[in-house]
Amino acid sequence: MTTLDSSKEIQKNNSEVHETHEDFRMFGLITFLIADGMTFAGFFAAYLTYKAVNPLPDGAIYELELPIPTLNTILLLVSSATFHKAGKALLKDKNSDSQKWLFFTAFLGIIFLICQLFEYFHLPFGLTDNLFASTFYALTGFHGLHVTLGTLMILIITWQSRINGGRITSQNMFPLEAVELYWHFVDGIWVILFIILYLL
Amino acid sequence: MTISIDPQKTNNESLQPKGWLRYFSFSLDHKVIGIQYLVCGFLFYLIGGTLASAIRIELASPMSDFMPRDVYNQVLTLHGTIMIFLWIVPVVNGAFGNYLIPFYVGARDMAFPRLNAVAFWLIPPSGLMLVASYFVEGAAQAGWTAYPPLSITTPQSGQIIWILSVLLLGGSSIFGGINFIATIIKLRRPGLKLMQLPMYCWAMLGTSLLVVLSTPVLAGTLILLSFDIIANTGFFNPVLGGNVVVYQHLFWFYSHPAVYIMVLPAFGLVSEILPVHARKPLFGYTTMVFSIMGIVVLGLVVWAHHMFTSGTPPWMRLFFTIATAFIAVPTGIKFFNWVATLWGGKISINSAMLFSCGFIINFVFGGITGVALAQVPFDIHVHDTYFVVAHFHYIVYGGTVFIIFSSIYHWFPKVTGKMLNEKLGILHFIITFIGFNLCFAPQHWLGLNGMPRRVAEYDPQFQFVNQISSLGALLMAISTIPFLINVFLCVRNGKEAGDNPWNALTPEWLTSSPPPVENWEGEAPLVEEPYGYGKKFSAQK
Repeated sequence: MTTLDSSKEIQKNNSEVHETHEDFRMFGLITFLIADGMTFAGFFAAYLTYKAVNPLPDGAIYELELPIPTLNTILLLVSSATFHKAGKALLKDKNSDSQKWLFFTAFLGIIFLICQLFEYFHLPFGLTDNLFASTFYALTGFHGLHVTLGTLMILIITWQSRINGGRITSQNMFPLEAVELYWHFVDGIWVILFIILYLL
Repeated sequence: MTISIDPQKTNNESLQPKGWLRYFSFSLDHKVIGIQYLVCGFLFYLIGGTLASAIRIELASPMSDFMPRDVYNQVLTLHGTIMIFLWIVPVVNGAFGNYLIPFYVGARDMAFPRLNAVAFWLIPPSGLMLVASYFVEGAAQAGWTAYPPLSITTPQSGQIIWILSVLLLGGSSIFGGINFIATIIKLRRPGLKLMQLPMYCWAMLGTSLLVVLSTPVLAGTLILLSFDIIANTGFFNPVLGGNVVVYQHLFWFYSHPAVYIMVLPAFGLVSEILPVHARKPLFGYTTMVFSIMGIVVLGLVVWAHHMFTSGTPPWMRLFFTIATAFIAVPTGIKFFNWVATLWGGKISINSAMLFSCGFIINFVFGGITGVALAQVPFDIHVHDTYFVVAHFHYIVYGGTVFIIFSSIYHWFPKVTGKMLNEKLGILHFIITFIGFNLCFAPQHWLGLNGMPRRVAEYDPQFQFVNQISSLGALLMAISTIPFLINVFLCVRNGKEAGDNPWNALTPEWLTSSPPPVENWEGEAPLVEEPYGYGKKFSAQK
């Protein structure tokens, strides 16, 4: 928990008393992800309400194709595993292995986004066609934005771990851990999204 | 891994401007940021108050003669938005939270000082943007709730600026909330237990939980609304198959807790002020803590009571009526505890105490009308009338703004090292209290007799009561004058306050006034009993 630097040596010289405390950034990130999850919860609630209260006329209901989103689900789940491998490798000070795993994770994220764009281009409806179409694009688009940001962050930490002999090392794991938690969060949201949007 | 917070380094103290100028710079000191929040909020209060005066001038006569009807709607929208998002929420959370929480947990700064500064600096630009949107062709005129389809069908440029501004302010609020939760839970001085924290910490913990859980939902809702406006989607547009009630559900999921985001910190602040000036321990500390958490939980599940007339099914009405009425229980516990704190105390009649007592009186009134409004048959009768306007002004002005002034009088000596003039302070209180009650008490009558809200013209039979109300608004506008004179006189030649003018026991008074950059010389004091008045003076060991 909290450690205040109050050794006697420092107490003698008051101007030297500065606070040192544990790293709370992970705690802050978790709080932020709870908040972010509430945004998705609001969207999901809106979508489910529309589904229950505003049923569309028969002609306006679209059958969503399952292969691409299923592939995307697998991609994201695999990328979670590869990210985990990257963290494990860094802990064992195998920096180049870690970078390879990170790069592979980012690659999977990019493939996910390409698949999503491919799906968008081949769907028979556009953003403003009807309520279902709007909510579909709002949900998947907002999630895609998260994947884009996550992929960018993975590329940044991969780059950071290469320069200056590795800014991210087993002693300074926070950037990697933070992005990993974010990535798992985005994956979890995708699984929920996949279930309620495509399977329900 | 540990992080060193070294204000000398992180802040680059030697390069920071001294004196007044440092309040205009990007400072990481929680005290400077707190004052920045307060002054910025107060400037917006003056703008919002001017708009309120314009509304009351318009309503002094039944016809729409002071301004055109659409301008009236724009002024109304701007007044509500500014007062909520730029005055009360930033001040009760940001200003006092930033100033006091690190003292209360025994820290030298917030957990994330940079995030803290970012949270503040989001406010002035978005506030200015909001005010500037008034001069845009077609400013926002759908009220602070921005209900569709009104917000979709009225001119759109102003509405988009309104949405963007509220999104930025929501972001500021979330960053602040994350910071407060981390500071209170993680940054406590070793040996300081949660149940020894001053009540304001608990209030801010509850408030921050509400902020983190509900503000993102508003953000998502407003993003969907902006899609409706820009991209012509149909989330909330019935013409395109959307559902306006979904907007109301999502909006009130934030905006009902927003009431507690405004009022819970005020509860915390009054719990700090009353024991000091009544020289008694805070009555029922444990029940106060649990009632705050009870309000947080109940506050999250009562939003639909704003929508009893929106086609809400009966089972939902029943649930939300009961849940809403239940909030009176923890709130009532807090009131009886405050009254018990005052009971038999050596009460000193000063400005801070008077404003706090005024808060108790006003808030009891607002709370009772709130329980009345929770009942469906009554709510259907007075929905969207001036009864509701009177009710929520009793809560947000009579509750929150009274406590903001009380807190300013209470902590001004700590912040500046100078005492405010008590006579001018008492004059300020008397004019505010009379003006406030004169303005809003008659509006209950107006609402019960059917005068609708948000309209510039009304039936001439309501003119006399409206004029009384406008007179009260005039007094409220005048009441800021003694306050401003007081502050300016105090800054020029105020009486020196000393470190602890009120002989208070909470930790912020155990350092010099104004406090040094790092809050304490040496180690932070451990205050085991922040409300130990009348007991042995056991503040420090």
